[in-house]
Amino acid sequence: MVEPLIFEYHASGGRSFTVKAPEASDLPKQFLRKSKPALPAVSELQVVRHYTRLSQLNFSIDTHFYPLGSCTMKYNPKACNSLAMLPELLGRHPLAPDQFSQGTLECLYELQEMLQQATGMSGVSLTPMAGAQGELAGVAMIQAYHKTRNDHERNEIIVPDAAHGTNPATATMCGCKVVEIPTRADGDLDIDALKAAVGPKTAGIMLTNPSTLGVFERQIEEIASIVHAAGGLLYYDGANLNAILGRTSPGAMGFDVVHLNLHKTFSTPHGGGGPGSGAVGVGERLRPYLPIPLVIKTASGYSWAAEKDCPDSIGRLSAFMGNVGVLLRAYIYMRMLGGEGMRRVSEYAVLNANYIMVCLREAGFTIAFSERRASHEFIISVKKITRETGISAMDFAKALLDYGIHAPTTYFPLLVPECLLIEPTETESIQELDGFIEAMIAIRDKAYSDPEALKAAPLTMPVRRLDDVRAAKHPNLVWQPPDEQAI
Amino acid sequence: MSEIPEDLKYTEDHEWLRVEEDGLITVGITDHAQGALGELVFVELPEEGQVFNKGDACAVVESVKAASDVYCPLGGLITDVNSNLADEPELVNTNPHEGGWLFRIAPESEDVLETLMDTIAYEEYLSGLED
Repeated sequence: MVEPLIFEYHASGGRSFTVKAPEASDLPKQFLRKSKPALPAVSELQVVRHYTRLSQLNFSIDTHFYPLGSCTMKYNPKACNSLAMLPELLGRHPLAPDQFSQGTLECLYELQEMLQQATGMSGVSLTPMAGAQGELAGVAMIQAYHKTRNDHERNEIIVPDAAHGTNPATATMCGCKVVEIPTRADGDLDIDALKAAVGPKTAGIMLTNPSTLGVFERQIEEIASIVHAAGGLLYYDGANLNAILGRTSPGAMGFDVVHLNLHKTFSTPHGGGGPGSGAVGVGERLRPYLPIPLVIKTASGYSWAAEKDCPDSIGRLSAFMGNVGVLLRAYIYMRMLGGEGMRRVSEYAVLNANYIMVCLREAGFTIAFSERRASHEFIISVKKITRETGISAMDFAKALLDYGIHAPTTYFPLLVPECLLIEPTETESIQELDGFIEAMIAIRDKAYSDPEALKAAPLTMPVRRLDDVRAAKHPNLVWQPPDEQAI
Repeated sequence: MSEIPEDLKYTEDHEWLRVEEDGLITVGITDHAQGALGELVFVELPEEGQVFNKGDACAVVESVKAASDVYCPLGGLITDVNSNLADEPELVNTNPHEGGWLFRIAPESEDVLETLMDTIAYEEYLSGLED
């Protein structure tokens, strides 16, 4: 590795200092450690250099264009971060009484209201801690609804094959049976297959719109009426909300429940595994089942509504009230943009995707669903290039790194062979988009003139091609000291 | 070009079937399927004694690219599974039609076999997918 682990800087007898244990401690004696932790002996300067060098190895949105499809790697304004870190917000203890939390509660209440409006729903709960938990809450609410109506046979969740991969996983986690529906050649759902699949066992359908194919499902109103007529409910996966923000809403399309990835669409740096927020919105029918706590406004101010006020709730999903830091960033982001700004988010997200798509098509690339307009992302297939030169989608992804561009999503969605899923987001300039297009053309030309050179890419990164098969089979996650006694 | 042995039958989901001398049917995924998935890192197999209907998802093959269900090509009782794949899932890549078999099934009926593709039909099916 270009930078060793901090432990590998350890030198026996090296310079370091030990923090003296405090005389008095609140911790019960049985929890106090008896031996010293195995920390490396390194100087302050060694520590500073180590972590500074690591930070310079980051391939991040602050340093590089990041068109990672399905992930919405937009620039998050620094103001969202700095305002959410105000000491008045940051210093609030989660157990502080409501009367001392009015500022935070007011922000969260208004966020509930704004998200409700943006999604066209009747109620919102901010408590799910991530997208996956929002999905879990959504399906649990659908189940609670059917159970309350003594409709116990409904345990099938319909999932189109163009939906997000997490959707069938969520349905399975909730104990439902997954019924997969195919997609037609034009990218829309196979309506006949849907009509054949719905029935007295249908609990609901989980849809992503625009779908993972990067196109808007045009028959959504017909789908909604078919599923509703069969007694099922519609779940909207908010993964691709960036494409429709301020233009239309899940409520207008006929959905009953939606989860939003606030960390993704509403300004929290993400991709490193958290923290996230999967706020859920519901139509009137599912309101009683929203996960708690909710923020309510009364004559005496803002307060939490929990078990007592919401007896039919599916319950709590986190110890307190979700990831408040992420919620505050979303609140600040929405307040800075306003309604007009949010419409411009989707306008430029879609414009940027279509600009790259049309330029690449004119340059001779094969676009999946070429006759369709892209949403906020689109798919190219390099299958023809792979067949003629041996250069695969993965080789394109690795070569882009040498152009200072993060790789797009590769081999997803599974329906398109040798594909790259490209999502530029609204925050990139036209110069950046043109640079990407030029890089793609240069890589394609090189595939025909010097394919071996591309097989060796990336050449400029700290590491070359990693053995991802070995990493998956034999993960080495914990550093072992060469000699226990040495530390 | 994918290898397509002549003694096997093929499904549109890229599975192969071999009728053994004892009447059991061995099932695996085709050379084309393993090539499309890339090197496998995990194979989840059914349990011996489980009964499946035609079309049920009964195994999972996972590569660094994707995890895919394997659908039971015909109804019946699972009699054997290839336990070597637990430690060596890559056998499916290196030897998809022999050492990389997935499971054996005692079929309820052999009618389905008549509807499956032979080598020539599967080869045509694959070239149709290329276009």
